[in-house]
Amino acid sequence: MIWQLDLLILTLVVFCGIGAIMIRDLLGAAILFGAYSFMMCLLWAIMGAVDVAFTEASVGAGVSTVFFIAAVYHTTRRTKD
Amino acid sequence: MEEFLSLIIEKYNYWIYITLMMIGLYAMIAKNNLVKKIVGMNIFQTAVILFYVSTGVKKGATIPIIEHGHDVAHQAVRAADYINPLPHVLMLTAIVVSVATLGVALAIAIKVYHRYLSLEEDEILEQIRGL
Repeated sequence: MIWQLDLLILTLVVFCGIGAIMIRDLLGAAILFGAYSFMMCLLWAIMGAVDVAFTEASVGAGVSTVFFIAAVYHTTRRTKD
Repeated sequence: MEEFLSLIIEKYNYWIYITLMMIGLYAMIAKNNLVKKIVGMNIFQTAVILFYVSTGVKKGATIPIIEHGHDVAHQAVRAADYINPLPHVLMLTAIVVSVATLGVALAIAIKVYHRYLSLEEDEILEQIRGL
């Protein structure tokens, strides 16, 4: 485990998480949440948990993002906060 | 003081996990939009999973697959050479459960939107009180 890479990706994860809840557009929040999930997958690959990384890449970054975009498509993009 | 500071800097990953967890908790409590609350719930879940997976990491160890397993299967495996795979297997279940809860929560949010034509919590509560 290379700690510089670990720290860099952890900061990116925190920024993606803050962006996903602060952005005033639900489609943008869905995309930023997909980026968050992919960063999380890289973090697990660095930690040596390759099986968890596989599952997160397919299920977290793939299926979750599709679910969010489908939900936004069926409802609205508007948000007040 | 010096020891205390070095203790904090050494365990930097735990502080970032706590930060992520608090971001998720803040979104679940303080955000007004239902989809934002669901995003916060997912961030909270992944922070907990991240903490558990990080407890299995060892210095100088490799991924938990036995090297040349077909030749030396009768020899003892040195556990210090491999990352602990038990937290990984437990958290694999947690990831699948988190996707299931995400699907149910989004389905309920869509139903709420079709009934009240809004995803904002205060507008929905206003309509419920007004009825």
